[in-house]
Formats: sequence, structure tokens, C-alpha cells
Amino acid sequence: MEFKNLKLSKKTTLIIWVIIISFIIAAPSILPVFRLNLLGRYLSLAIVALGVDLIWGFTGLLSLGQGIFFALGGYCAAMYLQITSSSEFPNNIPEFFGLYGVDNLPFFWEPFRSPIFSLLAIWVIPALVAGMLGFLVFRNRIKGVYFSILTQAALLVFFNFFNGQQKLINGTNGLKTDVTQLFGQMVGSESMQRMFFWLTALIVVAAWFFSKWVVKGRFGNILIGIRDDEPRVRFTGYNPVLFKTIIFSIAGGLAGISGALYTVQSGIVSPQFMTVPFSIEMVIWVAVGGRGTLLGAILGAVFINYAKSLVSEALPASWMFIQGGLFILVVTALPEGVLGWVQGEGPRNLLQRFGLKRKIETYPSLEIKNKTEGLKNE
Amino acid sequence: MLLDSLFNGVAIGSVLLVAALGLAIVFGLMGVINLAHGELMMLGAYTTYVTQLIFKLPLLKPYYNSYVIVSIFFAFIVSGVVGILLEKTVIRKLYGSPLETLLATWGVSLILQQFVRSVPLAYGTGLVISLIIGLFLPTVFSPKVKESINFKYVKFSSWIFASLAGVLSGHLIASSVSKLSRASARNVDVTAPAWMRGQVEILGTAFPKTRLMIIIITLISVIAITLFLNQSAWGMRIRAVTQNREMSDCLGISTEKVDVLTFGIGSGLAGVAGVAVSLLGSVGPNVGGNYIVGCFMVVVLGGVGNLLGTIFASFGIGIMTDLIGAGRLLSIWPDMPLPLSNTINFFATTSMARVMIFALIVIFLQFKPTGLFPQKGRMVES
Repeated sequence: MEFKNLKLSKKTTLIIWVIIISFIIAAPSILPVFRLNLLGRYLSLAIVALGVDLIWGFTGLLSLGQGIFFALGGYCAAMYLQITSSSEFPNNIPEFFGLYGVDNLPFFWEPFRSPIFSLLAIWVIPALVAGMLGFLVFRNRIKGVYFSILTQAALLVFFNFFNGQQKLINGTNGLKTDVTQLFGQMVGSESMQRMFFWLTALIVVAAWFFSKWVVKGRFGNILIGIRDDEPRVRFTGYNPVLFKTIIFSIAGGLAGISGALYTVQSGIVSPQFMTVPFSIEMVIWVAVGGRGTLLGAILGAVFINYAKSLVSEALPASWMFIQGGLFILVVTALPEGVLGWVQGEGPRNLLQRFGLKRKIETYPSLEIKNKTEGLKNE
Repeated sequence: MLLDSLFNGVAIGSVLLVAALGLAIVFGLMGVINLAHGELMMLGAYTTYVTQLIFKLPLLKPYYNSYVIVSIFFAFIVSGVVGILLEKTVIRKLYGSPLETLLATWGVSLILQQFVRSVPLAYGTGLVISLIIGLFLPTVFSPKVKESINFKYVKFSSWIFASLAGVLSGHLIASSVSKLSRASARNVDVTAPAWMRGQVEILGTAFPKTRLMIIIITLISVIAITLFLNQSAWGMRIRAVTQNREMSDCLGISTEKVDVLTFGIGSGLAGVAGVAVSLLGSVGPNVGGNYIVGCFMVVVLGGVGNLLGTIFASFGIGIMTDLIGAGRLLSIWPDMPLPLSNTINFFATTSMARVMIFALIVIFLQFKPTGLFPQKGRMVES
């Protein structure tokens, strides 16, 4: 699909950020605790959406398996919390191990006794897994739908694995975090949740700056080049495998951070994070917000999830219809997402249709010129 | 022992094959991955269920035993028509952008799943009936009619007739079969007729008859589709478009018609797969999801545009699933060294077998990235 690279003007970006930040600052005093917690969760989902935007919007890799990295980050965080607050249980290991007759901590959980290691593991492990998986796939020039299918299959494989291993990771029950202790306080307590909300908001902003930095300059240009014409990039002397692997593991790392923040705010991590629908939903947040506009990913993630929780509370059965319709609508009618529509010709066309704005006189060569300029910008 | 394992593997593989066949044809032709394929299978399975209940009515009771065979045709038509509708409304707009198609078909699959949950099956059947009539009634008129009247009116009036017929038939079914008149998200069961229950003994081993039936269904589907693709004129056109779309278009083949036809056939085959699936276990809105990833693996492993690849890949995956999942290697070679046997035991469940097979496929793709039987060519983009 021909896809113009969207560049939000500085003014628009600034305005949107001012709105977001003022809303975030105001939120704790306006919203009740329950809603605030939901908003915090959805903000953490915005981080994984940023990763999806990096690989899909900028590099053209549609991954349907971001749930793997999301859940890995969540498991790392949850296991650290479980281990540190397990001193009153037998053998000093988390309670659930006792249920399956496991007396010693499995060796790969041993390093998670250290807080620094855990903090690193939350994003390094998902990034490494993503890098490895990506390298194996990209090396063979597997791309397009093949890549999507393979990531989806990988997701299912991880789901099966995590779901089946009771003795190592408590299988289908998942790991609970809300009754664990951190800094001598309960993770599920209100003051801690408030703190996590601020932390999430900070990290969202940081992740946005980081992503912005990644797609800036030559590295970003090569990513866009890979999206638009990969063989050409290869023939020019760049090695797309390297760039794709790097960006895929960056997205994996972002997903890991996002999963950890989501886990501590929702109170549990379970293999449900690795189900197929959840990972595809991540793509639709980006698609609705506007792919290739990092801000769109954040807005899409927060608004769609909020809409989801509001609609499912009112009419549980209708959300699936709405979501399905959204998928179809976005790819057929709004391929550049809402932000792209606003930034492009969308509003003008709408006003024209109702006769509120004069039609611009145009002639073919002008449109061709615009098109070629658009190509140059890419 | 070995025969037993082989049979199990072939049985698993034949379900995969009949399910992946449609997917492979569509993917080979248009490069489109249809994520709603599993839901088209689900429609086929529900069609079997509805057919079964209708055959329990007093009027059709004497023919009850044949309902499975009838439902194969019904399922083919129902899923095929829904597929054609999908092609005409959504997928046609997205040719050339496979990733977008992937997302759109996922949306369709969500809608279909929720549809069978929240709409009574009787009215769902009515809707499908009106779709069938509405899509096919305009095509039965002779060219003379098409010339003399504005064809728009013919189409319009046949859709009116179709919706009337749909409402009436839906109401008729709802009033005569009470089980179909209410919406329910619960799983339903298809019971095989008497002649399909029990087991057959071949060479001293007992085989369940339903599994044999599935193998037969698969065999017939494969033979039919091979004959169609290789012997009929439309089959030749489909193959031509698969090989080179622009060239075929230049030579006067209506690629639009080929696309509709292929998508219809691919979806219809999903419906047939749904009949097979309904014989194996209970039928629910999520039944397609259990098979769909296996089908994708078959397509990836088998390569594009070659039925032989699909066949080999599905039987390969089926036999491997059985070998690993049931830990058969241990019984064939009982006194293998301890670490090896521990590893095999670790993977000897259905879900862990999937993990192992995925790893094997990824390793395989390192050596042959385009599958078992790749298309020959010198293109940069393949």
C-alpha cells in the first residue's frame, strides 16, 4: 500500500502533549481510584504500542507476537516481587512452589533475588528473545505475511509453554503481585498504585522521546527505506537484517517494560497476556491512532482501551462487533489513522462534502507534483 | 504399533490438510492470509449441527443417516457464500496490501464469532439463505434479459426476494426446531449417525470410523480440487493468475472473476473442514482458533502455489505431532539413554508437542526459507 510518511507539525505535537500532560496531572484528583488505576494500565499499554509503531509504522514489520515480550517483562517483575516477599513461606520461596512439591527455587529464577538484575531483566530479556527470534527469521529474508504468521505461531508456542509449566511458573494461574511487598508496602495498596501511575506516566514520556530519537536521522531513514522498498536498501549496501533485528529487539524491550508496569497495576501476570487476540489488538491501537506517528500510538492505546472498558461495562456483547468493525474500517477507510486523517486532507474533504468549504481548484500536474514531493520526503 | 502411530498421524494430518487446502489456494493466488479462515470452518461445523437438527424433523427422519453427507455440501455452500461476500465487500479493496488484509480479516473473524454467539442459529441460517439467493439469483437470468432490462433492477428485486425468503425460512426453522430459536454461546455437539460410530478392524488394529470418514472426506476434497485445477478451464485460469497476474489480465482472463471464484472455493473448503472438525469434538464459537495456527504452519512449511507441498507438510506435521505428543519414540526404542528419554518425556503432551514442532519448523526454514516446494523464479521479491 502506498503510504505517505506522516510528519506531525511541531505545533500539533506540542498541543497534543500539553493536553495529555495536563490531563495526566489532573487525573489523580478528578478520577476515582478504580478509574485512575485503569488509566495507569492503559498508559502502560501505550508503551507497547510505541514499540508496535516502531516496527510496523516505520519498518513495515507486522508482528502479531508482541504479547510474548509483554508477558516476559511481566513475569520478570512479578517473580522478583514474589521472591522478595516470600520470607514467611517454607524454604523461602514463593508460596505456589509448595503446592507442586518444589523445594528449591528453579535455577533460572535464582538471579531474580537481586533487584538490580530484575530491573535490567524486565527489558533486557524480552529484547534478547526478540532479537534472537528476529535474527533467525530475518536472516532468511522471511517477511510480509510469512513474518506475521511466524510471530503468531511463536506467540501460541510461548502460550502453550507457559500455560503447561506449573512447577516452574505456576502455569495457567499466573503470578500474583498485589499482595507482595515492595519497600515495605503492599504493591496493591492505594499509595503504591498512585506511585506506579506517576512512574508509568513518566516512562511513557521517556519512551516517546526515546522512540523519537530512534526514528530520527539516518537510522530512521533506513527503517523507512526498509518499509518502502527493502531490496533497494539492500542493493544500496545496507544490511536490512541488522536494522530489522535491532528495531525488533527495541520493540521487544519496550513491550517488556510495558508488561512489567501493566502487571504491577493489574495485580497479576498470567499466560492470558499471550493470547492471540491481545497481541492483534495492540496493532489496532496503532492503526487507529495513526501508524508512523508515535503520538498516535499512545493516543490509540489509551482511548481504545478506555472505550473498551466503558462499552463492555454497558453492553458486553457489542464490543466484539465494534472491535471487528473498527479493524475493517481502519484498514479500508482510514489507512493513516485518526491523526493522519486530521493532519492530511481529511477535515477539508469532509467540510467540502457538506459545502462548508470551497473546493480547491486543482489540475493533474499539481497532484503528481505533490506525490513526487511526498516520495522525496520519505 | 507402528501402524497405529501412522494412522493417528494421518488422521491428524488429514484434518490439517482439508483445513489448510483452502487457505493455501487463496494464499497462493492472492498472497492473502485469511485470518477468518478458522471462523469459516466454524460456520461449516455449525452448518453440520443445524443440518443434523433439521434432519431430525419428522419429514426428514427416514433419511437421518445421510445427514453427514448432505451437510458436507451445505457447509461448502454456506462457507463459500460467506467467503464470496467477504471478498466482494472487504478484501477486494485491499489487494496488494496483504498486511492490511490480515487485519481486516481478523476483524471479520471477531464479528463472525460474536454473530454465532448472539444471533439465534435459525435466523443466522435464514440470513445465509438470503445471501445465497441474493448472490446467485441475478446470475441465472439469460443474457437476453440482461440486455433488455436495466440489470440494476434485476439485482435489486432479487435481493428483495432473497431477504423475504431468508426471513421466512429463518422463522420456519425457528418455529419448528426449538433448539435453534435462541441464541447461546454454549458449545453444541454433533452426534455421528449410527453407521459412523464404533470401530473398524484393519490388520488387527482397531480404527475409529469417524477418523476414517475424515480421511475419506480429505481424500475426496484433494482429488476434486486437483481435478478442478488441472482439468477444467476455470482451473487453468486460476493457475495462470497464480503464476502471473498482469500477464493473464492482458490475455483476457477476468482476474476479478478468478479472485471471487478462488476465494469462494477456498472458503468452501474451510466449510468442509468444519464438517470434519464437528465430528471430532464439540462445536463452539472458538472452534476455528484451535486449528488455524496449524494451518498457517502447513502453508509456511509447504510453500506457495503447490498442492503437493501442502499435502506433504500437513501429513508431516500430523505424524510428527503424534510421534512427539504421545512419546512414541520411547516405545519404539525403550532403552535409550536417560537424558534423551527425559527430554522426550518432557515434550510428550499435545501442547508441548506444538512447541517442539514450531522449533523444528523454524530450524527447517533456516535451510529452506521458501518451504518444501518453492516456486521457481528470479524475482527479487518473492
